Amino acid sequence: MSSPNSDERVLTYAQAIAEAIQQEMARDPDVFVMGQGVDDAKGMYGTTLGLHEEFGADRNFDVPLAEDAMTGIGIGAALAGLRPIQVHQRMDFLLLCMNQLVNMAAKQSYMFSGAHAVPLVVRAVIGRSWGQGAQHSQAFHSYFMHVPGLKVVAPTTPHDVKGCLIAAIRDNNPVVFVEHRMLYGFKGIVPEEAYEVPFGQARRLTAGSDVTIVAISHMVVEALRAGHLLAERGIGAEVIDPVSLAPLDIATIAASVRRTRRLLVVDNGWLSCGASAEIVSQVVERLQGESTFRVKRLGYLATPCPTTRPLEQIFYPTSRSIALAAHELVHGAGAPTWTIAQDDPREIVEFKGPF
Amino acid sequence: MLNPDFETTVTSVYRTMYLIRRVEQEIIRLYPTDKIKSPVHLSIGQEAVAAAVCAHLTVRDVVFATYRGHAAYLAKGGDLNAMMAELYGKAGGCARGKGGSMHLVDASVGMVGTSAIVASAIPQAVGYAFAKKVRKRPGIVVNFFGEGATDEGAFHESMNFAALKALPILFVCENNSYAIYSRVEDRLAGPGLCARAEAYGIPARRIEGGGVLDLLDAAAEAIGAIRVGSGPRFLECETYRWHDHVGPGDDRQYRTGCEAELDSWIATDQVAALAERLDRTIGEAARRAVEQAVEIALAAAIDFAEDSPYPPEQEIFDHVFAQ
Ligand SMILES: Cc1ncc(C[n+]2csc(CCOP(=O)(O)OP(=O)(O)O)c2C)c(N)n1
Repeated sequence: MSSPNSDERVLTYAQAIAEAIQQEMARDPDVFVMGQGVDDAKGMYGTTLGLHEEFGADRNFDVPLAEDAMTGIGIGAALAGLRPIQVHQRMDFLLLCMNQLVNMAAKQSYMFSGAHAVPLVVRAVIGRSWGQGAQHSQAFHSYFMHVPGLKVVAPTTPHDVKGCLIAAIRDNNPVVFVEHRMLYGFKGIVPEEAYEVPFGQARRLTAGSDVTIVAISHMVVEALRAGHLLAERGIGAEVIDPVSLAPLDIATIAASVRRTRRLLVVDNGWLSCGASAEIVSQVVERLQGESTFRVKRLGYLATPCPTTRPLEQIFYPTSRSIALAAHELVHGAGAPTWTIAQDDPREIVEFKGPF
Repeated sequence: MLNPDFETTVTSVYRTMYLIRRVEQEIIRLYPTDKIKSPVHLSIGQEAVAAAVCAHLTVRDVVFATYRGHAAYLAKGGDLNAMMAELYGKAGGCARGKGGSMHLVDASVGMVGTSAIVASAIPQAVGYAFAKKVRKRPGIVVNFFGEGATDEGAFHESMNFAALKALPILFVCENNSYAIYSRVEDRLAGPGLCARAEAYGIPARRIEGGGVLDLLDAAAEAIGAIRVGSGPRFLECETYRWHDHVGPGDDRQYRTGCEAELDSWIATDQVAALAERLDRTIGEAARRAVEQAVEIALAAAIDFAEDSPYPPEQEIFDHVFAQ
């Protein structure tokens, strides 16, 4: 890489989150952070370190283990004009917040015809299991995509995570902010000044004319790896990161599929009623009658996540399974088989916590 | 004057505590080999609670516990080979490798299950006690959880129902002062944990200092009362975990100001204290024989785990639904 200057400052994904929060808290005294462990020595994977020293204990504080009520308390504070950022070490715990998020936060603006706004950010960490099993490895972005009144974003790069988080904090609506733990160490160029990455704009990460691969969160990383494998076989993959899931930029995806006539959606979640189902149906609604195309989806197997390594490895899509699925879309099921060695990515092999 | 029955109980409690301690020390030893590819929440320092409570249980009594469940599983008589194999993710594991350390189970001895979502097994334990009562089945339910779990709404809602229906359940709150790195004083308003149960009319008792004989005594009294149908009981057992919240590490660096606290708990280690007592009662040779039997079983369990195969890939689809 060339010599670093101010526009080429490199941060990790975790540092980009930390910077977004710090800058917004400095800009707006109404912004604060609440969550289990946010003020401890590990500071939520380093993303909330130093905030209580800089802004005081009222603006970055630990909470009792009471997700349901704490979510409601955040909503109440937001109704009164504060702008809470809540943090959950696992998205699995959001199931305890469901009533407050769906029945309360998502309804305040509509049910009272605009009398209220709930500027709430709910940061939810998802992961790849590493033996954490059925209750500590789930990604529920699709549950929230289902609900009018909630926004859902799942940025993949350090640049986008900073910009999306700032946009989420400034948004007057509840935003479920999905962070994949394995992205925290990934580095990328992040401008120093505060900026917003607007919701509802997908990113085309690579250009290709043979297959469109839409991937969510950490699956973007796997899809890019698959893109390299496919290139070796002369297949051009166009990898698209939706970044924001609700609202969803279906126009960018549909435009790509119109050209490639092949769509592979790779979710970091289950397929049934999931984000992949939504993306495919919206593309079909746009392009039916105008273009014919082939479709395939990959995601978690239709089981809870097992802890043991050999089963866990087949539970998740990988660069290999993505490449094979794309290959099949291009050449058909009858095409000569393509053997790709299993190559476990570094961030997965090396991950042993922290939790 | 020795009461032979009591001394037999104490010896068996020592065996359980020694077993839990040694199993977890072996987990720490094995962890760097990466054969246990999963988070472990150790109970070293907390062994006395599960050992003392379960000493009063029979196979008709059932236990619900948490992700920090090794101690309860072993104290309830859970199969050691199956536990080690489960940690290794092997087909010989108690959940055939699908559960891991956080989800130990051994239905054959009444170890119903463990949950990694804080407080989420409390209502289930109450529901099980409800079923025992309405079906007039013998035995009681014991539910282990940390003090952090008492913050959750599910804890309070469950206390109320258990009291309302006078259910045969013992709530055992292991107060180790921390939820991860968060101190209990920073989360708990009001006069303390026992008051949280007493508010619903549940008799509650706090056992300070972690002494295993005190725990044995308090558990005997509470369980005796539950067995004669007087409804739920709550025990707050003061204790301390010596290792990090998760993993084999030491977390002195994260628990600021806890140095002296941890050292004082290590100084009153109940495994060592009970060993000394046994040396005075049954004699050192007999105490060593108890330990030797545990060592043999433990070595065999590790061999069992090593030798057990991984589950075949097609098993991933098994048991999504019950048959
Ligand atoms: C509902 C829920 N919230 C948060 C967590 C994350 N978490 C796991 S263990 C733990 C601390 C629990 O402390 P305590 O109940 O005292 O039990 P201990 O770990 O000390 O045995 C927390 C916050 C979780 N697993 N479930």
